[in-house]
Amino acid sequence: MTSSILEPEFMEQTLAGAAGKLLGAGPLLNDSPAWLQALRSSAWQRFEALPMPQRTDETWRFSNVRGLDLSAYCAPQPLAAEAGDDLVARSRGLDQVSGRMVFGNDQLLSQEAFSGQLREKGVLWLPLEEAFEQHPDLVRKHFMREDAILGSQKFAALHQSQVRAGTFLYVPRGVELSLPLETFHWMTGQAGACFPHTLIVAEERSKVTLVDYLQSADPASEGFASGVSDLWLEAGAQVTYVCVQDWSAKARSFQVNSTVVGRDARAVALSLQLGSAAVRSESVSHLRGEGGRSEMLSLALTLGRQELDQRTFQIHEVPHTSSDLLYKVALDDVSRSVFSGVIRVNPGAHQTDAYQKVRNLLLSDEAEANSAPGLEIEADDVRCTHGATTGQIDEEELFYLLSRGIPKKEAQKLFVDGFLQEVIARLGHDALGESLREKVHAKCGANHHWAE
Amino acid sequence: MSALVIKDLHVSIADKEILRGLNLEIPKGEVHAVMGPNGSGKSTLSKVIAGHPDYTVTRGEVLLDGKNVLGLEPDERSRMGLFLAFQYPLEIPGVSNANFIRAAVQARLPEGEELEATEFYAKLYEKMDLLEMPRAFTARSVNEGFSGGEKKRNEILQMAMLEPSYAILDETDSGLDIDALKVVSNGVNALRGPNLGILLITHYQRLLDYIVPDYVHVMVGGRIVQSGGKELALELEAKGYDFIREGLEEPALAS
Repeated sequence: MTSSILEPEFMEQTLAGAAGKLLGAGPLLNDSPAWLQALRSSAWQRFEALPMPQRTDETWRFSNVRGLDLSAYCAPQPLAAEAGDDLVARSRGLDQVSGRMVFGNDQLLSQEAFSGQLREKGVLWLPLEEAFEQHPDLVRKHFMREDAILGSQKFAALHQSQVRAGTFLYVPRGVELSLPLETFHWMTGQAGACFPHTLIVAEERSKVTLVDYLQSADPASEGFASGVSDLWLEAGAQVTYVCVQDWSAKARSFQVNSTVVGRDARAVALSLQLGSAAVRSESVSHLRGEGGRSEMLSLALTLGRQELDQRTFQIHEVPHTSSDLLYKVALDDVSRSVFSGVIRVNPGAHQTDAYQKVRNLLLSDEAEANSAPGLEIEADDVRCTHGATTGQIDEEELFYLLSRGIPKKEAQKLFVDGFLQEVIARLGHDALGESLREKVHAKCGANHHWAE
Repeated sequence: MSALVIKDLHVSIADKEILRGLNLEIPKGEVHAVMGPNGSGKSTLSKVIAGHPDYTVTRGEVLLDGKNVLGLEPDERSRMGLFLAFQYPLEIPGVSNANFIRAAVQARLPEGEELEATEFYAKLYEKMDLLEMPRAFTARSVNEGFSGGEKKRNEILQMAMLEPSYAILDETDSGLDIDALKVVSNGVNALRGPNLGILLITHYQRLLDYIVPDYVHVMVGGRIVQSGGKELALELEAKGYDFIREGLEEPALAS
């Protein structure tokens, strides 16, 4: 067992532009390799050239983008040593993990390996910046190779122009890691910004689980986050990726995920959406190798005036692949959710098995859920089913719980629990499932942050 | 005043009067059976006492140890010591039976006090053994996929865990085969004692062979029309409800 804590780095950020403001800052040009600087510069140009999304855009229908003003946010600010230590101490995840990395305002605060397995087996588990320096070829082959295609091109470009924090995880052929890895991304200060990145490359028959936690130091602060996670699964690989989005109640969160599934590989990607005033989350699965399977899971509890906008794309590129999407949202108060998801079966992708199931549970009369599932099928002999339903707590079931002395608020928690359980069960990981459940409970008990 | 007392209870649902001046008193420690034909209002009685929101009480009182519970929420009534074993227990997908019962036990503790898990499970297992319920029933979702008999056993398990002062068993015998009926009855009999008053609601005399009541009341047309000892149930069984109806001055509303 090895353990090493890195001293937090406090390198001066050389941000071009005025007063560290996000807009006008230009691409992040530190002492990173030339190829990366070129990539960031062209990403910045794209970011500037692309228009802000409008509600009238097809990919932004039903979503509320009017209130978004990027000039209100600052580029990630360096953290004081004490603040960094405090965040490391607050980074509590699972009891048993192989390793844990912590970032604060896009700066590496600590990296701890709890298992000798990582080094012995040749696993590369590195902060992104280190990976850029040490393994440029491997990183370049996969880094943001799949474009955002569901509407967030502008935010993905911004991300690419600023990115430096996150995990690069490369698992060699045949290597299985029994315990999960964890990464914490913290955002601090007023009106800060954060660009978390996750890149997983799983070689043939490897197996790994990674959990990202996106959190704000102050639950009442404003903030802007634009994250990207890319999963690459080669033949027979098994990757479980969980993202717990728990930014502050006033933050705006943009997330773009892409998963490329090779032959006989199996991807499970789950997002737990808890925080942020407004969330835009896009997830694309490319079923690229025969026998590949992708499970796309999401669970959310929205409170107050929260807005959750989730868009998905299940792309079956070759025959004999399967995808299974299960999204569940419990909505209280005046919160809103939007789901739009398409299953695409390319010409020739026969024997596709694709499922899409969206369930919304309205806990108040004023909550609102919109779902728009869609199919684009260009092959024969496929099986695709999709369905979205919205319901409320059954009055008779509620009476049953009340009649046992359980107060209404507690009964509601049990119903939310029961509603989300189906998604958690799909993970097949008891400790992780339990911790997700506890996070939902904690949100149930902390609704004062959302009352406005 | 240790009794569950129902005084001149009038109850309507959607403008139709179902209970029409019902009087009944169940002292703690006694078992009272209410029998009646279909449509006499038996299930309405149980739901109104428990506080179901669909029913409107237009007159009368339900006193639990002297305190009127009408107007209280169902969960408050439960925590005061009232229990209803449902005729048709609900299924709650995704909520484990253990978590459900735990939440109900937790709700009875003073604010800020956490239920001790080891003690809770020790007690839960003890009661499950009594009801011949395998341990697997703790992890399964509440009543989901349970057979009729398993659901009824689960109701009695909850009753055993919550230790009410007054329990209403609504047609607990319906849908049970004889073996299941015996198990459920044994469970109920084990809970009988000076601290529990039981109201047994049933259509058939069969249940009363296993849970022998102290008193039997006959309900027709939304009120109690005759009361007697346990032999009244046998008379009903032999002669049918018609013999009661014939003795009534006005025609009963029963269908």
